[in-house]
Amino acid sequence: MRERPGSGPDTRRPLWHSLWRLRSYLRPYTRIMIVSWVAAFLGIAAGTVIPLVGKEIIDGPVAQGDRAALLPLGLLALGLGVAEAVLTFVRRWSQAGPVLGLETTIRDDLYRHLQRLPMSFHDEWQSGQLLSRATTDLSTIRRFLGFGVLFLIMNILQLTAVVIVLLRTYWPLGLLVTASAVPVVALSLRFEKRYIRVSRQVQDQQGDLATLVEEAALGIRTIKAFGRRRHLYGVFDEAASGLRRTALGKVRLSSRFFTFLEVIPNLTLAMVLLLGAVAVGAGALTLGTLVAFTTLVLQLVWPVASLGYILAMGQEAMTAADRVTEVLDTVPDITGAQNETGTEISAGTGTSAGTGVSTGAETSTGKENGAGKENGTGGENETGTEIEDGRRATGRRPGGRGHLRFEGVEFRFPGADRSVLRDVRLDVRPGETVAIVGATGSGKTTLTSLVPRLRDVTGGRVTIDGRDVRDLSLPSLRSMVATAFEEPTLFSMSVRENVTLGRADATDREIREALEIAQATFVFDLPWALDTRIGEQGMSLSGGQRQRLALARAILGRPRVLVLDDTLSALDVETEALVEEALRRVLADATGLIVAHRASTVLLADRVALLSHGSIAGVGRHADLLSSVPEYRALLAQDADLDPERALR
Amino acid sequence: MNDSWRGVAAEDQDQVSESVSLLLRTRSRRLLADLLRPHRRRIALLTAVIVLSSAAGLALPYLVKAGIDDGIPPMLAGGGPGTLLTIIALVVAATLVQALTRMVFLQMSGRIGQDILLELRRRVFDHFQRLSLSFHEKYTSGRVISRLTSDVEAIGELLDSGFDGLVTAVLTLCGTAIMLLVLDVRLGLAALLPLPVLLLFTRWFRRESSVAYRRSRQAVALVIVHFVESMTGIRAVQAFRREPRNQEIFERLNADYRDANMRSTRLVAVFMPGIKLIGNVTVAAVLLYGGWLALNGTVTVGVLAAFLLYLRQFYEPMQEISQFYNALQSAGAALEKLSGVLEERPDVAEPRRPVPLDGSRGEVPGGAPGRGSDGARGGLRFEAVEFGYDGGRAVLPRLDLEIPAGQTVAVVGTTGAGKTTLAKLMARFYDPVAGRVLLDGVDLRDLDEAELRRHVVMVTQENFLFTGTIADNIRFGRPDAPTAAVVEAAEAIGAHTFVSALPEGYGTQVGKRGGRMSAGQRQLVAFARAFLADPAVLILDEATSSLDVPSERLVQRALRTILADRTAVIIAHRLSTVEIADRVLVMEGGRIVEDGPPERLIARSGRFARLHQAWLDSLARD
Ligand SMILES: Nc1ncnc2c1ncn2[C@@H]1O[C@H](COP(=O)(O)OP(=O)(O)OP(=O)(O)O)[C@@H](O)[C@H]1O
Ligand SMILES: Nc1ncnc2c1ncn2[C@@H]1O[C@H](COP(=O)(O)OP(=O)(O)OP(=O)(O)O)[C@@H](O)[C@H]1O
Ligand SMILES: [Mg+2]
Ligand SMILES: [Mg+2]
Repeated sequence: MRERPGSGPDTRRPLWHSLWRLRSYLRPYTRIMIVSWVAAFLGIAAGTVIPLVGKEIIDGPVAQGDRAALLPLGLLALGLGVAEAVLTFVRRWSQAGPVLGLETTIRDDLYRHLQRLPMSFHDEWQSGQLLSRATTDLSTIRRFLGFGVLFLIMNILQLTAVVIVLLRTYWPLGLLVTASAVPVVALSLRFEKRYIRVSRQVQDQQGDLATLVEEAALGIRTIKAFGRRRHLYGVFDEAASGLRRTALGKVRLSSRFFTFLEVIPNLTLAMVLLLGAVAVGAGALTLGTLVAFTTLVLQLVWPVASLGYILAMGQEAMTAADRVTEVLDTVPDITGAQNETGTEISAGTGTSAGTGVSTGAETSTGKENGAGKENGTGGENETGTEIEDGRRATGRRPGGRGHLRFEGVEFRFPGADRSVLRDVRLDVRPGETVAIVGATGSGKTTLTSLVPRLRDVTGGRVTIDGRDVRDLSLPSLRSMVATAFEEPTLFSMSVRENVTLGRADATDREIREALEIAQATFVFDLPWALDTRIGEQGMSLSGGQRQRLALARAILGRPRVLVLDDTLSALDVETEALVEEALRRVLADATGLIVAHRASTVLLADRVALLSHGSIAGVGRHADLLSSVPEYRALLAQDADLDPERALR
Repeated sequence: MNDSWRGVAAEDQDQVSESVSLLLRTRSRRLLADLLRPHRRRIALLTAVIVLSSAAGLALPYLVKAGIDDGIPPMLAGGGPGTLLTIIALVVAATLVQALTRMVFLQMSGRIGQDILLELRRRVFDHFQRLSLSFHEKYTSGRVISRLTSDVEAIGELLDSGFDGLVTAVLTLCGTAIMLLVLDVRLGLAALLPLPVLLLFTRWFRRESSVAYRRSRQAVALVIVHFVESMTGIRAVQAFRREPRNQEIFERLNADYRDANMRSTRLVAVFMPGIKLIGNVTVAAVLLYGGWLALNGTVTVGVLAAFLLYLRQFYEPMQEISQFYNALQSAGAALEKLSGVLEERPDVAEPRRPVPLDGSRGEVPGGAPGRGSDGARGGLRFEAVEFGYDGGRAVLPRLDLEIPAGQTVAVVGTTGAGKTTLAKLMARFYDPVAGRVLLDGVDLRDLDEAELRRHVVMVTQENFLFTGTIADNIRFGRPDAPTAAVVEAAEAIGAHTFVSALPEGYGTQVGKRGGRMSAGQRQLVAFARAFLADPAVLILDEATSSLDVPSERLVQRALRTILADRTAVIIAHRLSTVEIADRVLVMEGGRIVEDGPPERLIARSGRFARLHQAWLDSLARD
């Protein structure tokens, strides 16, 4: 079975809880919603009255031969008919805004929230699952809140109205019709429980399927390299067949329910006819009234039958809302400090030490975001100002020049039973460059990710210029620190956009300069130079070209702290030498943290720290370590006689 | 010939010309017909069931009329309730028949719908997997996902509500029309008079909405693409504070999607009430006309009552038809995209008549057990090969190369020289623009895909791990391999140490895209995967670039034995790899500028000698 974090509805809360919370998204549209609802009710009223006019005509002019009364009544029916159509138009037209607005705003908020959630969240959640929440689930909610709720209420109102009219027309028969509601309600309640389970399952499986598709698309090279098309197809087929099975279960369940809902009113009609005939026979009822009565009862058939669809829709919307709020409720446990620049990105959750998934009580996220939209200051505005604050902070460089310290740092991945890093102590002085050397899997990448707070320490602290990184706002911290990752992580945008990812306002000169340092001037030979799109993940470039672009991107920010995670591994020796030469200049001004496997890269650094068994086993100059620490020599020396296995122990 | 509509070419066009749109529609319809064809029988049966169901449903108002007109008067006249009871029994029977048939119908149509969806998913998925890399490079994963999720779902919606709505509605409509005419010809004709208006109105709607839905499918695809890509690269997004800009882009795309939806929603907002208007006006007209006729005594009260009931039934399904129409339009846009994808032909096509690798010719005397027996020796030859990506600049201008079976070849050169490109041609990720690539004398284009992949395996520069355990991933190239073989492969390349140190060993989940492994660990797993696949030709593209030196040494030591009996092409920047090579190719600007055994090249003081010296220097700088 594939992993799926956080699945399964929370049974403690009422089913409609999540959906109900989303109502705040409709608040900006209160006025227009009132219009559409009024139109809806008037429309129903008109629709209900038309048959009554028919009854009037049959009972009045036709029965009494009153020709003069026919025309006005006929015109009344016409007027009502036109009114109903116009009102329906008003309802539908005005409804579009709120409903689509709701969907769009939630999706915006969901996206914003996802961007704030830390790496630990994204490690677990496949984008396919997230995507199915942001698309399929949201349109399910839209459909229900937009049309379902209205129809539900309209149906109930129509039912009540018709029943009241029935009761007033002839109460014994009216009572009979009312009684027929009992089985309907009873069954609906039972149906609801089962349907909610199966529809959640369908949604989850759809998400899984999306995930599979995503993997199959992203891993296409590997699949092709091994000729595993059929295997992948088998996996997909199994998942798709599973989805089909569940969906069929849903069909079976609803078909029984829907059918039942149609039978009840029809049977009621038979009863009405029987008892009505008796009543007419007894003289308690006129024939015209019976005609009207049966007409009205027939009018009940559709609302009752469609109740099934609407309830089903509602339940799907509830589970969809569950799935959406599940994500929205995940508290980003890496948030910037609030005291530094005043405002944190949108509705922050206060403490920086949030704890995983919230429990119902912390329902603020969605609502506050919704409210934020309402008064016209979306989160992005705040973020915008924040960035500027951050940059000003960088410009001022108050007091420090990038003094980076790891103080007793411990790190443990969520759910792991061992710490990857234990009591790491390292002091990188301003302007200094330290290389991190360690065996494969020793935790170098993890260590570097603690600086820009892609992950948060689980013990100890990381400081820049004496301030805990957790006390800085995220934008200002991240504008201070730039990382070139071991995987280039490029986007299918133009070269320019990729390089200026962290500094959209960079001038062409700055871009060229960064590209030159990274020896990435090949981009000027591309068909559209800087404006060439480079394909998903930069796949239309060679490995070394991708890496150099990622390097240029990190340099362009002119960061106070520059982190290079094994960023020269895909370069040939000559190019590497050129890049190193140029990097020296950049590193002279910045504090550098360089992960390296090769002696040549290590030489960029002033000092080297050896990471071993989760902590720093030695710090010193390359030559010193080489002569005094056997483990270090084993890691970096190239002489073939050394037995690497023995040396590592 | 204008090809702007073929395959996925028309996907991004906002507005297409009338003729192209016609072609697209024909193509979509063909796909739909193709999907429906296997279910012909069941659909026929379904129609029968629904006819029965509708007939039962139609009978109800008629029976009510009969009850009032024929059942009650005898009772009033003092007669028995016999007729009335019969009629009521009929009402009950009709209700039960309707219920039963309806249930059968719902389940059957649900099944057909799900079967079609499954088939569609299978087809599209399989087709995407068949399409070549050059297609995927341009198409991006986000679009693949959007085709297989939101587009398929749009069709699902049609099938969900479609059969039901359409069939019921059409039947009710026809049935009602007949009943109306039977009840009273004059009134019936009056009631049917507005039909032409209805048809014209529907045509208008179709034309407008097909444009609207097209736009909305396009818009949602863009939303999905952006969403997926920013989630995939979230690390860089966060580290480089791209969130605000991304939010801006996303909100713009999202707003575009909303606007596209708004347009189609508003069209429906005009269309549906329009139908209602036509219906209601007709009802009023019939009331007037019918009332007048009743006054003159030409029709009975019962007929008039029944007429009003039927008229409701006539225009109620109209709503449903328009609902269906709506779903159809939306699904139509999705079908258009899907049929476009299915129409794409892979550039790297499978041969029509595969040529088998000649086993006897391939036999190596004393060849390694377990291989050699199944055909490939692993000799590679490039004959006047020219290649450029996507018809652009030539990356490999003209290349002749012969790699005898069993040779270990190292390929070196500056970044961007074309090393990976050369390797990709060997693995037939692309086909050369001119010339041919041969494996054991057979053009790769003539080889059966499965056979080619069994014999030629490439470890790509960007190694991709699938969600699952380490063992699953190592087994990827040979799913039937026993655990012992998996462990053996890991041991051979030195991955066993780290794997067995993990709490769950080979059962450790690697996480999404291998995220729970370090870069080096991922590379080791990818390496073990290729090793287990046991190909005749192994291509390693920078397969050890992220490893620490000791691990790399281990791998190299392993390679000495592993590669002894197979052809290997090793691309590497760290020249330590060259030590195990029989031969070195130096590439520069897509050409092979030096070729020979390493010692000879070093001695020749050419390009390679310089590279080698630079590399030695880089090591010695301590
Ligand atoms: N998301 C994660 N969840 C759990 N464990 C992880 C995760 N990411 C990495 N690890 C584990 O933590 C350890 C350190 O990984 P890290 O990526 O920091 O290594 P590294 O030193 O960068 O190695 P390399 O040189 O191969 O890049 C590894 O053993 C890895 O398996
Ligand atoms: N899919 C592609 N589409 C278009 N151009 C490409 C594609 N892949 C590579 N190229 C271009 O072809 C040239 C050769 O690329 P290739 O990947 O073969 O280089 P390489 O020798 O492997 O370099 P490296 O050592 O950096 O991996 C480069 O200029 C690159 O930009
Ligand atoms: Mg790493
Ligand atoms: Mg390459």
